[in-house]
Amino acid sequence: MSDHLEPHRNHDADITSVPFEKVAQPGPKSFFAQLQGFWVTFVTQFKKVNTVEYPEVKEPTAERFHGRHQLNRHPDGLEKCIGCELCAWACPADAIYVEGANNSPDNQMSPGERYGKVYQINYLRCIFCGLCIEACPTRALTMTNEYELADSTRGKLIFEKEDLLAPLRAGMLQPPHPMYPGMNDTNYYNGEVHAAHPSQEQK
Amino acid sequence: MTTTDVAVELITVVIDGFEVNVPKGTLVIRAAEQLGIQIPRFCDHPLLDPVGACRQCLVDIEINGRAFPKPQASCTIPVEPGMIVKTQLTSPVADKAQKGVMELLLVNHPLDCPVCDKGGECPLQNQAMSTGHAESRFEGTKRTFEKPVAISSQVLLDRERCVLCARCTRFSDQIASDPFITLNHRGALQQVGIYENQPFESYFSGNAVQICPVGALTGSSYRFRARPFDLVSTPSACEHCASGCDMRTDVRRSKTLRRLAGDDATVNEEWNCDKGRWAFKYVTAVDRLTTPLVRGADGVLAPASWPEAIAAAAAGLKGKRSAVLVGGRATVEDAYGYSKFARIALGTNDIDFRARVTSDEERDFISSKVVSSTTTYADIDKADHVALVSFEPEEESPIVFLRLNKQVRKRALKVSSISTKLSIASEKLNANFAKVAPGAEAAALTALELTNKSVILVGERASETPGLLSTVISVSEKTGAKIGWIPRRAGERGAVEAGALATLLPGGRPVEDAAARVDIAAVWGVQSLPSTAGRSTSEIIKALSTGELDSVVVGGVDALDLPHSKDAIAALKKSFVVSLEIAPSSVTEVADVVLPVAAVTEKSGSFLNWEGRARAFAAAVNDSFNRSDLRILSMIADEIGESIMLGTVTQAAREISSLGTWDGARATFKSVSTSGAHSVNGDQALLTSWRRLLDLGTLQKGEDNLAGTSRKSVAVISASRAEKLGVKNGDALRISNEVGSITLPALVEAIHDDAVWIPRNSRGTQPLISLNSVHGDVVSVVKA
Repeated sequence: MSDHLEPHRNHDADITSVPFEKVAQPGPKSFFAQLQGFWVTFVTQFKKVNTVEYPEVKEPTAERFHGRHQLNRHPDGLEKCIGCELCAWACPADAIYVEGANNSPDNQMSPGERYGKVYQINYLRCIFCGLCIEACPTRALTMTNEYELADSTRGKLIFEKEDLLAPLRAGMLQPPHPMYPGMNDTNYYNGEVHAAHPSQEQK
Repeated sequence: MTTTDVAVELITVVIDGFEVNVPKGTLVIRAAEQLGIQIPRFCDHPLLDPVGACRQCLVDIEINGRAFPKPQASCTIPVEPGMIVKTQLTSPVADKAQKGVMELLLVNHPLDCPVCDKGGECPLQNQAMSTGHAESRFEGTKRTFEKPVAISSQVLLDRERCVLCARCTRFSDQIASDPFITLNHRGALQQVGIYENQPFESYFSGNAVQICPVGALTGSSYRFRARPFDLVSTPSACEHCASGCDMRTDVRRSKTLRRLAGDDATVNEEWNCDKGRWAFKYVTAVDRLTTPLVRGADGVLAPASWPEAIAAAAAGLKGKRSAVLVGGRATVEDAYGYSKFARIALGTNDIDFRARVTSDEERDFISSKVVSSTTTYADIDKADHVALVSFEPEEESPIVFLRLNKQVRKRALKVSSISTKLSIASEKLNANFAKVAPGAEAAALTALELTNKSVILVGERASETPGLLSTVISVSEKTGAKIGWIPRRAGERGAVEAGALATLLPGGRPVEDAAARVDIAAVWGVQSLPSTAGRSTSEIIKALSTGELDSVVVGGVDALDLPHSKDAIAALKKSFVVSLEIAPSSVTEVADVVLPVAAVTEKSGSFLNWEGRARAFAAAVNDSFNRSDLRILSMIADEIGESIMLGTVTQAAREISSLGTWDGARATFKSVSTSGAHSVNGDQALLTSWRRLLDLGTLQKGEDNLAGTSRKSVAVISASRAEKLGVKNGDALRISNEVGSITLPALVEAIHDDAVWIPRNSRGTQPLISLNSVHGDVVSVVKA
């Protein structure tokens, strides 16, 4: 093998030893031939345009576009997030910070024992890869199609839990409130709770 | 196994085709470890007796050509000559058996890893990945239990996660001798449980949480706080007592979230106590001192800048007659800083680290016997008889208790306890209990049969009985028994070696020895050092109150720990006091300059445990702005104009090691005669007390879960006294003297008829403050 590994020698690439060969140069094209090149430009003027006048006009994104995250709620308003930190664990950009805490009877934020007390996503770090969504065991974290995430300071781009939580829809109550009577966390995950029960309203 | 045990018979076995020589009696699973072959396991723990409960470690075994018909649990079978072992790596049968066991373990194990604290550091998760099937074939409903069950205020039990490995029950039974947790029921319904009326209130319950291989036992203070990948772990040492446990401190975002027992076979093995594990919130308490405070002309402590505060401290100390009181919690380096500061910047030997009831006899005992002491845990392991003198191992140095307990269980070590009251630990150690009246301990010690293989473990409370330490020395000299002095606080032995005592220079050099002073002066680069022995803690307080001393530097001392605490606070109030503290205390209230210092997790340093073994630790929280005592003393010394040149812990450590050892004469011990117990009559009794492990200590502040497992405050009296007073267990007793009174529920126990015992610093009972007495004094005991 050693004979293949001879050192490269400089005189191998001696530019003065390369033989000079004359190459035929084409002359200028005719006027009509040049005009033909502008035909594409001319025709495009009459075609339908693909761009829109953003931000006055906004086009919907692709259906599965990876935009801002959302923390979802169960149909009675309780948070789906259990503060397990699997999203933070999966995140390749270290953009997610979570602190879990204990649910207590007078502060029930999610079904079961545990909820996410602190939930932050740093959109300066996030690369919108969606691994956090795959990691989430309760489908609490999903992505919306919202892409307008520019802002003027770094601090504003760290989204807190309130910024990420899904809005309350019809039939939902603002947590903390007790779980649906007679239901446990498994029933919640199985989708057996469809709306808040009147008894869940906190006095 | 030490190298001295030469007569160990080695056995050769073949595991997965590799030969290994191991001592006779080694378990197959340990022998495999020696080859680097990891057999999955849950119940197996090297410090617990084998039980073979989980069946995860099944391997194929063949002895001299005869194979076992079925795979065997490698954690219960010792090696034998001619044994050929095939683990899951080479035997498809063993591999299938292990996978089968894993599948069965997972049948009823809930899939709640996302909410489980063990998730991410769980042996079951890991071994399910390495040894389990990817898909579950189980389609039924998993067995569920109510969860979590609080089996004490610190420990929560999730029964459905339990794999019934019996590690927790074996630990509690075999190591802590607190069999408060057990396996109930049989078959599929078997579960871990506690007795109906008795919670899991062991001082060592945290170890059960640490060794649980699943998330069945979790600590309530760490519950849902973090995942393993959030934590930055730093090896550290425990600051709570003189046992010297190796620890691991886990920090998330500059905040300690949990502490675990480290693995040091020579000291704490793999265990620690609940105080060491769960008392760390004092560091992040809301009332931590954050800025220097200086008492202005208006008499109010106001925040000040560091230069202002240092200048004010220096102005109040420079050219004045000053002393230093450094508490028993300082690291070796900090204590060395105080010691050097007193000698150079203040030009005095008036320094004492003992913030408790002390005596000159104890000072002489420390400077003559403790400085050269070589007694270690290994001596306990080898002893033929251990005498406990004024020392309650479980309450005052829990790892010493675990070591004694291990030897008692292993080889029925003879333990004698010379005490006024029979304690739970004495019962567990099956100790020969010499019941004495408070003050009469010395006579009982002389009566013990000790040999040159015996060890006398003396607690810091021995200083409360005049003549007791003299007797300890005379008994030790007569019998050849070794003396181990076990103080309660972590920094005391280090302070002795650092010379934070009126009669000692660093390295145990006597102050009054001219050669010793020359030694130290040369290293410190000064002409001379003060040559006469200084004042002790109580003498310093007295001199402050009479005006013989003008000012005092107080580091980490609570005046409420001192005898005559009211007088001590009054004396401090009229003097110029510079207080180095982490949180407001009775001293900072009356101080003129208060300087906030770093807590143990925020600085590096080392402690010396009771053996004199160095327990070095690094800063667990790296971004703290708090400075160590050493750095601040250095700044004050610079401002005074007498530099001590100790800017960093490394500098101090290097200087301490450059001092070398002292081979000159030790201080001499002046024997003190015993006075014996006072006589009592009628309602009178002799007060006796000790601190409990979990009490009102300042480092346990804010730890409500921990406080929930502390033992109840009671006044213990003997059966005959109870009969005389007409009280039953639980009736209120009033213990009083001319200073004040304490009312506690009565408890009848084995205690000397003349004595009444109360906890020293627990809820509702702080005798040093309310009675100005802790041991041996006459009080009146009546039914309240």
